[in-house]
Amino acid sequence: MRHLLAIEDLERDEIEAILDRAESFAEVGRRDIKKVPTLRGRTVVSLFYESSTRTSASFELAAKRLSADLISLKAAGSSVDKGESLKDTCATLSAYDPAAIVIRHPYAGAAQLVAGWSEAAVVNAGDGKHEHPSQALLDLFTLRRRLGSLEGRRIWIVGDVLHSRVARSNLIAFQAMGAEVTLCGPPALIPRGIEQLGCTVSYSLDGIEEADVVYALRLQKERMAESFIPSIREYAARFQIDSRRLGPRQWLMHPGPVNRGVELSGEVVDSPQSLIAEQVASGLVVRMAILYELLASGERPAPAEQAPTPIGQPA
Amino acid sequence: MSEKVVLERDDLRRTLRRIAHEIAEANPEPERLAIVGIHTRGAVIARRLHALIGELTEAEIPIGDLDISFYRDDVGARSPAAQPVVHASHVDFDLGGRTIVLVDDVLFTGRTVRAAIDALFDYGRPQRVQLAVLCDRGHRELPFRPDYVGKNLPTARSERVNVRLEETDEVDEVTISEAAEVAA
Repeated sequence: MRHLLAIEDLERDEIEAILDRAESFAEVGRRDIKKVPTLRGRTVVSLFYESSTRTSASFELAAKRLSADLISLKAAGSSVDKGESLKDTCATLSAYDPAAIVIRHPYAGAAQLVAGWSEAAVVNAGDGKHEHPSQALLDLFTLRRRLGSLEGRRIWIVGDVLHSRVARSNLIAFQAMGAEVTLCGPPALIPRGIEQLGCTVSYSLDGIEEADVVYALRLQKERMAESFIPSIREYAARFQIDSRRLGPRQWLMHPGPVNRGVELSGEVVDSPQSLIAEQVASGLVVRMAILYELLASGERPAPAEQAPTPIGQPA
Repeated sequence: MSEKVVLERDDLRRTLRRIAHEIAEANPEPERLAIVGIHTRGAVIARRLHALIGELTEAEIPIGDLDISFYRDDVGARSPAAQPVVHASHVDFDLGGRTIVLVDDVLFTGRTVRAAIDALFDYGRPQRVQLAVLCDRGHRELPFRPDYVGKNLPTARSERVNVRLEETDEVDEVTISEAAEVAA
């Protein structure tokens, strides 16, 4: 594996290898000294053009626990504020010879572009409405610990599927592991024709009791100015997962941050069926496994030997 | 490819029993002892030694195992196919004040032992660390000397030492063979 850009690029056995690896990092987290020297001397850049709490925090902690040196950049407060292009920022950062670049960007395909511009291994930490592969992997890891195999399990993904990269990555990931996926939400928030990916579509919560897992998506309030839904109140009335709709044998997941009282009621967030806190814990070990897989599995081309250009002469 | 048997089943078992006696004799306070094996076959040998020492001393001795993949000094330098399978380590007792006997199957360059000691110290601060190996084949690259040795095996660098154990390989033996493809 050279980069992690999309779940779509991964075979099932590659996914399982990462989950197995994550299991051994879970053990590291139980030690007195929760750090291993594996990536000593390697540099990891984390480059976030969108706000993030758990993704950036867990990638950064993952890099530190593997003893890598970390440069952490947020768009706000860096040269991006001054109008530097993504390509120029990458060229600048390349001067530090990073082994990996973890990037989140509002435009789909940004990680792919960076992979073309840089020698580093690139991890897509979310690109526009495209994919969020590390989220899908940590969700698989969380479910595997609770359910064992996903083969034949029914998973409902509920909410704003249209704007959600998590929905896209998780749909592909859950199906790759053998689960049957239903996408559920108001018609304006479900992309037309998505059934062609092999999932079922439902425009109401009727039938959700069949689900083994209910995966709620965040209603992206900032995108709701374009009247995809009549009102947040009406959305909540029809699609909120609350204690009446969530059965006692169903697991609840959510990628965070939760809008309490919108897509989830407060009581289900804090219920024993909620795996939301476990998802966050899984995020750390799965992201350690991703960095290990990319940087320590030996599949790197040797860097080209470059003679330095003498100063004062054109290159 | 010719393979020479250097320890047969009974020799191997007798050797382990002797190491167990030596460990018990060198540690008059068995309650402060702990055994830690290095994956994969070191962990198997550690379990056997643990059982034997348990019989000799009648003490409850903690046992653990270590996977040293994250501590190797050649990470990234191996081909993907040669990547070791990573097992989780299990050291769920307090190391403080104990004598830890590290156990491995073959002692060669000493790099594995270096990594194992680094790994061990991430779990706590043992009072003393000793090293027990089934075979010492020489060619050290680091200054280590084992405290308990099953058999000294003079080898050429090009040779391979194969330790096979019933738990993992269905037979108990140690053999020496020429490495598969030596460049002529």
